[in-house]
Amino acid sequence: MLRRFWWLLCLWCAPLQAAEPSDPARGWDRLWHEYLIDVGIIFVVFAALGAYFMLRYRRRLPDEVGDGPKLTPLACVAWAVIPAFVFIADDFYLAARSWQLWNVYRDVPADRLEVKLESAAWRWDFTYPNGVQVTNELRVPAGKPVMLRMTSADYVHSFYLPDFRVKEDSMPGRVTYLWFYPRNPGEYLATCAEFCGMMHSKMTGKVIAMPPGDFAAWYAEEEKKLAEAKAKKPGG
Amino acid sequence: MAFSLKEWVFTTDHKRIGVLYLIGALAAFAVAGIMAMLMRIELHSPGPDLTSNPNDYNVWLYFHGAAMILGFQIPALLGYLANYCVPLMIGARDVAFPRLNAFSVWLFFGGIVMALLTFVVPDPPDIMWTGYPPYSIKTAGNTAFYTFTVLLIGFSSILGGINFLTTVVYLRAPGLGWNQLNIFVWSIVAAFVIQLIFVPVLGVAVTMLSLDKYLGTHFFNPANGGDVLIYQNLFWFYSHPAVYVILLPFIGITFDIIATFARNRVFNYKAAVYGGIGGVLLLSGEVWVHHLYTAGMPDWLRLGQMVSTLLISVPVGLLMISLLGTLYRGSISFRTPNLYALAVNFTFLIGGLTGIPLAMAPLDLNLSDTYFIPGHFHYVMAVSGTFAIFGAIYYLFPKMTGRMYSEVLGWTGFILTFIGINLVFFPMMIAGLYGMPRRYFDYEQFPQVAGLQLFMSLGSVVILLGAIVILWSWIHGLLKGAKAPDNPWGSKSLEWTTQSPPPPGNWVEVPKLSPDWGPYAYGK
Repeated sequence: MLRRFWWLLCLWCAPLQAAEPSDPARGWDRLWHEYLIDVGIIFVVFAALGAYFMLRYRRRLPDEVGDGPKLTPLACVAWAVIPAFVFIADDFYLAARSWQLWNVYRDVPADRLEVKLESAAWRWDFTYPNGVQVTNELRVPAGKPVMLRMTSADYVHSFYLPDFRVKEDSMPGRVTYLWFYPRNPGEYLATCAEFCGMMHSKMTGKVIAMPPGDFAAWYAEEEKKLAEAKAKKPGG
Repeated sequence: MAFSLKEWVFTTDHKRIGVLYLIGALAAFAVAGIMAMLMRIELHSPGPDLTSNPNDYNVWLYFHGAAMILGFQIPALLGYLANYCVPLMIGARDVAFPRLNAFSVWLFFGGIVMALLTFVVPDPPDIMWTGYPPYSIKTAGNTAFYTFTVLLIGFSSILGGINFLTTVVYLRAPGLGWNQLNIFVWSIVAAFVIQLIFVPVLGVAVTMLSLDKYLGTHFFNPANGGDVLIYQNLFWFYSHPAVYVILLPFIGITFDIIATFARNRVFNYKAAVYGGIGGVLLLSGEVWVHHLYTAGMPDWLRLGQMVSTLLISVPVGLLMISLLGTLYRGSISFRTPNLYALAVNFTFLIGGLTGIPLAMAPLDLNLSDTYFIPGHFHYVMAVSGTFAIFGAIYYLFPKMTGRMYSEVLGWTGFILTFIGINLVFFPMMIAGLYGMPRRYFDYEQFPQVAGLQLFMSLGSVVILLGAIVILWSWIHGLLKGAKAPDNPWGSKSLEWTTQSPPPPGNWVEVPKLSPDWGPYAYGK
């Protein structure tokens, strides 16, 4: 049985053979896969035992009484300590793997684009290093890590990019950050994940990852427009 | 015995107070359930359906969450079950302070009325059961109703805590040692210890909320030196332990039901009590930061509490092993109460295992506040807790009413609800993996979950049908049920040694217990 289906096991574990990922999205998918294998085993063991016991020890005669084992003191301790150590070992393994990935989430690569984000009910305002401001549509160059330093003008919001597996709350009086790695050009959804009142579910935006050349052109163009607007402004 | 309203209103009998708690809790459950159905209708397709005002939806969701936790689960477990079972299980004639007990049930009803005013006032609270500031302070909704609901029910629970801890310590029948207690009694002791330590913290948090909103203080306003995260920390410092306040009693009563229907001794009783219940009690106060993984807390705090949160699996694992072990070499009868208790093992297993990624901080950064969260906690707490409560109601039905329920109706209700909850809450977790955030009135930006949402809405209809059958089975049993014997299940536990229903004072003569007596002393 096992020999016939060993390839299924290999397939199931295949993503774990890949190199250690260095950005949140890939790291998340990998750790999630490990998690599924881990709890899959626990689930099958417990569920199978439960189902077997229910079938095997169903009441057959009305006056029947169970005769579960009366454990010796040593067996009592063993049945507590051994499972506890197994669980603790699994917990520490998962905690260690999580810690590794946590460092990927929190250590932002040095060659990044850093953008400020201020959330307000119900929009996202971004400010680029050159002073250009945009609302709800964040344009970034593909292939470069992007870091957001976030705060909020009113309520607690949470900037969530499902495709990049990242989310962090933005709130008044504090600055939080997250980073993501848009590898390929494309449009990605940004949406609010912390309840913020009436239009919470409409507080959406977009991350538009552009080819680096296109982005550079757009960025320079916006900077020029900003400078012109400033020059026109009386007293500016 | 003729019905007298006065006797019920002024009663100090723990059994009647328990039934009053049950009535209040089921009323809260019914209204909160209707809110859930309204939400499922609204969500069955993208775009506005039932209402075009998102605030309506937010109020339903607020009420559903607040009433299910504060109005249904905690009062049903710590009010109804604790009141009805604990004195009977320990061989006491009543609780230690019967009049205090009567006071706490009416405080609880005050809280229920305060919560129901949501549907009367023109500016109902719309702040979710968590009530995070600054939104809860700046909203036009009336946050004070939330504050006072929490304060009334919390105060009621503190009084209950004093009462039941005193009762278990001082009023056990002569000869009843600590290691002979029902696991349910132990779980109630642990749950009330948690309540006594942590409820005051919640009381402080929600009071500060109303002070900020109505009296102009600045606890949570950073512009004036406050901090928005103080509230989240205070709130979860109570509200995560509150999950264990629900978990411990529902696991406790599940133990009692399974041991009774498997006619078997609890496997490794001491590991379950001291390792399982004691371990949860010990860890309960050190895990709340996992609700704040995305809230920008310091890294050392997030990682530290990631480890403590993962370690919860140790005591919970011991409880699961004892539960499954109790089936081993048992004589399992599949009566309705046991169906629910066995189902708790299944839903709690799924709920527990889907909690692990939420403890793992980086995985939670993606999953937090998505549909995965409601999917997970409905399995682990809402459904497991409610199944245990329903199982307990069927279990105690002959004792409470002196009549038997119909097994056919009981089975039908169980099968419908069991299928229904899996149809609703498993797809909910999948929708979370697609990135769908929770508390969304509309989800046009997530067309990929529209099919799942419709599926869940159809599943909720199955739950509704099940709930109607369950309610009918109780009414039918109450009115037409056959007369129940004193001990229909053949249980060894003390509550079955008295008449059905028990007379005031519980026993004509309190049973004398030998040192080798135990609530699970079946077999050799």
